This record gives sequence, C-alpha cells and structure tokens, in this order.
Amino acid sequence: MRRYFGRKLAIYALTFVVAVTLNWLIPRFMPGDPVLRMLTRTSVSNPEAIAPMRAYYENVFGLDVPLWKQYLKYWVELFQGNLGVSVWLFPAPVADVIVDAVPYTLALLLPSILLSWWAGNKVGALAARRKWLDNTALPVSYALTATPYMWLGILLAWGLGIVAGLFPVAGGYSFEMRPEWSWAFVGSLAQHWFLPFLSLFLVAFGGWAIGMRNLIIYELEADYANYLAALGAPRRLIRRYAFRNALLPQLTGLALQLGVLVAGALVTEIVFAYPGLGHLILQAIQNQDFFLLQGVFLFIVIGVLAANFLIDIVYVLVDPRTRTGMQGAT
Amino acid sequence: MTLQVSDLRVHYRTLRGDVRALDGVSFSVAAGEIMGVVGESGCGKSTLGKSLIRLDNRMKHVGGTVTLDGENLPIADDRAMDRFRFTSVSLIPQYAMSALNPTRRIGRLVADLLAAHGISYAATLPELTRRLALVGLPERVLENYPIELSGGMKQRVVLVLSTLRDPALLVADEVTSALDVSTQRAVAETLVEFRDRGYVRSMLVVTHDISLVYQIADTIMVMYAGRLAEKAPSDVVVTEPLHPYTQLLIGALPEVGARFGDRRLTGIPGRPPGLRNPPQGCRFRARCPLAFDKCAEQPPFVEVAENHQVACWKAGS
Repeated sequence: MRRYFGRKLAIYALTFVVAVTLNWLIPRFMPGDPVLRMLTRTSVSNPEAIAPMRAYYENVFGLDVPLWKQYLKYWVELFQGNLGVSVWLFPAPVADVIVDAVPYTLALLLPSILLSWWAGNKVGALAARRKWLDNTALPVSYALTATPYMWLGILLAWGLGIVAGLFPVAGGYSFEMRPEWSWAFVGSLAQHWFLPFLSLFLVAFGGWAIGMRNLIIYELEADYANYLAALGAPRRLIRRYAFRNALLPQLTGLALQLGVLVAGALVTEIVFAYPGLGHLILQAIQNQDFFLLQGVFLFIVIGVLAANFLIDIVYVLVDPRTRTGMQGAT
Repeated sequence: MTLQVSDLRVHYRTLRGDVRALDGVSFSVAAGEIMGVVGESGCGKSTLGKSLIRLDNRMKHVGGTVTLDGENLPIADDRAMDRFRFTSVSLIPQYAMSALNPTRRIGRLVADLLAAHGISYAATLPELTRRLALVGLPERVLENYPIELSGGMKQRVVLVLSTLRDPALLVADEVTSALDVSTQRAVAETLVEFRDRGYVRSMLVVTHDISLVYQIADTIMVMYAGRLAEKAPSDVVVTEPLHPYTQLLIGALPEVGARFGDRRLTGIPGRPPGLRNPPQGCRFRARCPLAFDKCAEQPPFVEVAENHQVACWKAGS
C-alpha cells in the first residue's frame, strides 16, 4: 500500500514540476511586453523618464535577471507563497487576486461536478431498466453532452435571462451591491450563480447519464448477475451490485473529466462575466499579465492533481482489485 | 420420482423466426439419480438445463410442463420461479470462474444472497464452513474477494454456494469444460459426493464429455437437434447403444490402448440441422448410415428394454 502511494505521489510530483515549468514558459513565449504596456499606460511624455521607469518595473516583476535565474526565483517564491505582482491590477499581488476569485470558481465547479455525477449516474441507471426513460433520457443526454459549454450558456442566458427574465445574465452579484454578509447579498449571489451552474451541470450530466446507462446494461449481462438471478436473488440485489460495479469506471471517468470540466467552467465564466478564475484568465491574456496567468494556471494544476489523487485513494477503497495489485498477486 | 418433464418445448425468438431448441422433450429423473445430458453443440442440452431454472430473455416457453416432487414449476414466470430457485432447483453455471461479484467479499455475497431468501447467515455459517472444508477450502475464503482465489477454488466456492440449501435438483451446466483433466475429475467426484451426502437429491449434468459423465452419471440421455435420441443407464449407453447417433458418438471417442497413428479417429460426417425449419421425420436421417424410407416419419421415443428408451425405427424391432 505504501509503495503504491509512494509511486503515485512521485508521478504526481513529476507532473507538477512539468506543469509548473510549462506554465512558467508559456507566458514568456507569448508576443508582447508587459513592461512596455505599463509604460504606455502611464503615458510618460518625457523620453528620459522612460529608462528609469522601465528599470523600476523590470525590477518589480523580476525581469531584470537572466531567464534561468527568473526560473529558479519563480520556484523559490512559489514555495514562499509569492506568485508575483499583477500587471493588470498593479500593484496588487497575484495571490490576493486569485484568492478573491477562487470562491466563485469553486462554488461553480464543486456542485456542478458532484451533482452532475450523482444525478447522471442515478438517471443513467434508471434509464437502463425503464424503456420509456431510456427513449427520452438518452437522446436528450446525447444532445446535452455534445453541446459546447459556452453555447448552452448563451442559450440559457438568452432563454431564462433575457426572454423569461428570471435570472440575471452577468456578474457574480448585483452591480448595485457591495460584498457583505447579508441575506440580500447572498440571494443575489445565488441568483447570479444559478445559470452558469446550470449550463455546466447539464452538459456534464448528459455524459454521465449515457456512460452509466451503458455500463449498467453491460453489468446486468455479466456472469455474476446471471448467476445471482439463477439463484433467485431479487432484482434489487442484482441492480445494487451492478450499480456499485458500474460506478468504478465512472469514478475513473470523473478523474479524467476533471480537467475538461475545469476548462468548461472557465469558458462559462466568461460567457456570464462571472468573477472567477476563467474571468481572470481572459483579463490576464488581454493585459499580458504573465504573473496572473501563471498564478491561475498553477492553481488549476494543483486543483486537478489534488482531485485526481483523491480519486485514486477513493478507488483503492472501493475496488478490491486495485488492492491486490499493490500487494502482488497471491 | 423427483423431476418430471413432459413434452417441454422452448424456442429462441429471433427476427427470422423461432428456433426450436427444445422440441418436445419428456423424461423423468428419480430421487438420488445423476443424469448426464450429452450431445453436440446446438442439440438443446444447455437450453434444457437453463429451462429448468431460468429462461433468459430470448427464450420462450412454448409448451409442456415441468414438475418437481409433484409441484408444477412455473418456468415461464421469472418471478414465480424465484421461490423455487436456490432452495429447490439450483445451478452450477458454465462460467463458475466469473460467477461471483468481483467487488464483494465472498462471505458478504453469501450473506446478501441468504438474506434475500430470508435466511440467517449466522445460522448457516457452521454448515457453510463445514462444506467448504469438505471441498478443501479454509473458512478464510469467506474474507476473500473472488480475484484472490484460483479458478479451481472459485469453482468449488460456487459448488458449495449453489448446493447450500440442499436443492432437490441441481443443474450442472458444462461444469468441467473450462478445467484441466485432473481438476475435472476432482469436480466430478465432488458432485457424486454431494449427492451421496444428500446435499443434492438429483442432478442433471449437462456436458459434451461422454467419458466424464460416464464415470459419474447413473443414466445418460443423448439429445439430438432439440429432441431426445436415447436414454439408458450409463454403461448400457456406452457399451450397447441402440440409436445410430449414439453409436457414432461413442465410436468417435478415442480408445485406451489403441494406436491412432495407424488409423484415424472417425467423426460423424455432416452437421446437425438448423432448428428454425427442422426437417420432417427423424432429424438424424440425413447423417444416418441406416436411414430408410420410414425415417421420413418421426420415430417415437419408446422403451425397448427396461429403462432404455430410444427414438429410432431400427432399434429394438
């Protein structure tokens, strides 16, 4: 068991190093110069003032040393929790900007991932044994899972937001409010949260429902299901076994889908101008804010890796077959 | 008399019409009898075995009745059959290696199954351990997952589990097909021992392996193309078969001591007829060396000697 997790941890650590390195490299290969941007923003008229200002900004952003030093410094500061200074929101530290945005993204992601997984599995399992549900849920699920996140988001915003007027279509809370702990504010948060959540939920839901339906049908044809039926076990017991066994591939699917779901959430946030990480990424790219972009990506990488690790652990707990592999075959 | 099957007809429903896998089969199995059911692939022997316990969703009960200890088995009614399964009729499937849920400890699986039948696991546990020990398995296997056992061990677990409620009838469907010869023998002997100890009253051993079934069965029933060809005590079937199909089948087996470098093993030329539109009359006619005009009429399955029934115009006359 310890060797298994040791190996897993090593793989995750390696992935982390590679991801962070890429993450550091990519903004630096992007066209554009953030310092120049800062300078134009301040619109200095005196040409002589430009040189010292450039030196100042390069020093602040750590761009005045050779690349390899920048890279090492990046790692060192990473472990000190220092992600640099944002260009876009200068002089706010990147870490603070991200911490402000993370609750919004998590509030979208966690419920939509978990609820869609749970509901998709339930509905898929039901569809596997109810003809009428299969005939209705399956085509709907196929349509949903084939829908791009942002397109469904736009449809929902138009249908439920603009035409029906039930929900606001942009922002994390009403523009007339400022963040505070009051019922009115929480209500506004929930109202703004609902549409982006719904679009993420629906797309993911379709995929899980289709997967579960097919897995259950496969499991119910399995030898153990036939044997139990021949021994007069009630359908309930057989379905329970089939459901539990079919959940295992779905769990692996969840691990694989996490990255896709996160990306989907980012796009959805942009559609709804929701103040989460996706929104930050867009702003960071438009403002050539290397440091913010790096910081957001880093956060996503850590999140996906941690979630995968968690699923690895859960998998070991629920599937005895993985455990035998760890001890060597008996 | 334990099992009485009369004129049983079970068809497979396909898009191009019904396949008559069992086309009027009548026989009985006495208490304590082990009956071997043999025949080529597609002769209906597995269909017969399945019909007695659980029709799959492509199978349709067309006619005939099955009674067990005088009680009618509702084989066409899946729900009503549940009352008989496991307690009166049980099955050792062909796929014993994969018959156990891979994600459940064996003990938990047994407990779930017993609970579903309203039986206490704790009260059954001593008997269960005793029977596991009888087939050479420690009590510890109840704590194991199926993947932690070898194929032979899984087979034995299934053997014990299927017979745990002392069923009146056990259907053993090709139980030895996936095993090597020494394990085959051990399994066959266990089946006999279970009968002798009264764990199982009567047994229907469905197999294509005549030499194996000869060692354990009291009676052998030969099937051909969905019908019965011959039924007699084992040694009679092997030594003095009357139906030409049985004769050819026995003749196709290798003999001990014979050198097959000198002469080739003979088979039966041709193949069984399709059962969607089976031929009129005797179904073996096309392959039969003894066929004559009368074979265009279906021969009755009649008793030609004591406990020896044959469906052939040439036999016994």
